[in-house]
Amino acid sequence: MSAELELKGTAPRPWLHKEKAEAFVADEQRMHWHDQAVWFVRQKRDRMASQVPEWEELRNLAARIKAHTISRLPDYLEEFEANARQLGAVVHWARDAEEHNRIVHGLLAERGVTRLVKSKSMLTEECHLNPYLEERGIEVVDTDLGERIVQFRREPPSHIVMPAIHLKKEEIGELFHEKLGTEAGASDPKYLTEAARQHLREKFLAAQAGLTGVNFAIAETGGIVVCTNEGNADLGTALPKLHIACMGVEKLVPRAKDLGVFLRLLARSATGQPITTYTSHYHGPRPGAELHVVIVDHGRSKILAREEYRRSLSCIRCGACMNTCPVYRRSGGHSYGTTVAGPIGSVLAPHANSQKHASLPFASSLCGSCSDVCPVKIDLHHQLLTWRAELARLQLVPLGKRVASRVGGWVLARTWAYRSFSKLARWLLPLLPRALVYSRFNRWGLQRELPPLPARSFREEWRARRGGE
Amino acid sequence: MAASDGRAEVLRALRASTPREVPLPELPQTGLRFEDPVARFMLSMSEVGGACVRIPSVARLEATLLEIPAYRDAKKVAAYVPGIGKSNVVLSQIGDPHLLADLDFAVLPGELGVAESGAIWVREEKVHPRAGMFLAQHIAVVLPAAALVHNLHEAYERISLGAAGFSLFLSGPSKTADIEQSLVIGAHGARSCTAILIG
Repeated sequence: MSAELELKGTAPRPWLHKEKAEAFVADEQRMHWHDQAVWFVRQKRDRMASQVPEWEELRNLAARIKAHTISRLPDYLEEFEANARQLGAVVHWARDAEEHNRIVHGLLAERGVTRLVKSKSMLTEECHLNPYLEERGIEVVDTDLGERIVQFRREPPSHIVMPAIHLKKEEIGELFHEKLGTEAGASDPKYLTEAARQHLREKFLAAQAGLTGVNFAIAETGGIVVCTNEGNADLGTALPKLHIACMGVEKLVPRAKDLGVFLRLLARSATGQPITTYTSHYHGPRPGAELHVVIVDHGRSKILAREEYRRSLSCIRCGACMNTCPVYRRSGGHSYGTTVAGPIGSVLAPHANSQKHASLPFASSLCGSCSDVCPVKIDLHHQLLTWRAELARLQLVPLGKRVASRVGGWVLARTWAYRSFSKLARWLLPLLPRALVYSRFNRWGLQRELPPLPARSFREEWRARRGGE
Repeated sequence: MAASDGRAEVLRALRASTPREVPLPELPQTGLRFEDPVARFMLSMSEVGGACVRIPSVARLEATLLEIPAYRDAKKVAAYVPGIGKSNVVLSQIGDPHLLADLDFAVLPGELGVAESGAIWVREEKVHPRAGMFLAQHIAVVLPAAALVHNLHEAYERISLGAAGFSLFLSGPSKTADIEQSLVIGAHGARSCTAILIG
């Protein structure tokens, strides 16, 4: 698979989702397999959600709690900081990825740490922490199984919850044969998982520091909550004497009891489980150990400033919008070229670099399924549409698309023009030679056949029928 | 050093962008309730890949554990609850948690169980050093049947958070589905998890 995925930097060349998606769908069988694998998770989510009669009430509550938190974010961050300090944690603040990486590296370097185990943290992916530390001589081991797999392949995760969902077990078997010495040709998930367990046990026992993400930070207690199924965050923080937890500013909840709402939604939405196996609450460091919390902005305050996009900061990174998205399922996470793929990734990425990620808000059918499954009710498809308009204003949309939209808009705004054009099309299209109708200007027709044109418009049909009554 | 600048700068940027305050909703008394929370808890445990047995009193605990093959075969057993026959690790003498790397079995005290999800509240204060519960190949969690609640909202009403220390909701054995969505029990932590309800 694609080895050209960028690991760092912000290349000026725009990333074209369409191009990457074309490469993915070229292998039709694989595309269908991926689609089914991801859809399966969506179905598990549906079964779980349907067992909770108050599901919609929970979503409403979650959305309102997040909206409130976001409206008082600096206050809650200060409250969290004061309480976390009281418990013996050290709190750091980073304006951007660079500062975040520098802080983490500083903590490790000061203590002479050369072996770090990490549990899943999308923030550190976003900051490209791994290469930063590796360049400075620190061994970084991702310990989530899926993340370890993509780390071995030197690829970014293709999904925020299931990082290796794009790979087949045979490919993982081959990879483990090469990296871990498993039997050639072995692809049984149980066998491969066992091999990873043995390998990572050694890494856990040898680690001098553990780094985790943060699912929730509780303002009123100063605690952080980390959710995993594998127990990797727990092993990574129960053994070494240094725990570094990295969080975006938006991870806060005001009260401990708010967790009741979010934890009931999170795992059900993510993987169709009632709760993750390990839902760990850290209040201060282990006796004799250290806990450092790094709070990161990295563009979040800019999103906060924009009313039309603000709600995207409520995201709890469950991945449900990806699992349901017809485009994500058929184009794969790597086609987005961002740490977070799918609908939420497509509304977040253009904030960081509108030019580079301008194609992402168009990687959607605007069907709205993402908004329907979102546990915190982010208006994802509306934000995608808002982005399209903004990108067009910024002239970051290809000329053809801009002209087509302009003409379309002009016609649709004028009843007479719409009627005349549709009449003309119904008469003319069947007479035109195929080569002309399916020319390269008809992008829509590249893989599709136009439906047969009706003899009469809906309006004419309606008139005729009413007249007949 | 830039550390304090970072703080001021992040907070300033956020304050400059913060919208008008939206009220914080009160949490209504909500949540699934079950006619028989014990039965539901047992079902939830099996759904999350664990097992659950109910015994009338602590007197039956050892006999119940002996029915678990992993406990019978265990060579190194750490008991975080009193009165476990096979316990052969003196936890108070474990200074370095790495010494528990070869732990075969750990018996843990649970404080509260959630019927809805099979999650059990475990606190480091009672499980020290806590590495044992993650390093052990197999675990059992002992808790009073009376300590079951229906759902997570009730659980958070009961537990008190804020004092220093680690605590977690533990729901079944360690698991992963990262390879082609195939569920595999025993990722990094316990390969099996048996909840033992007493009373």
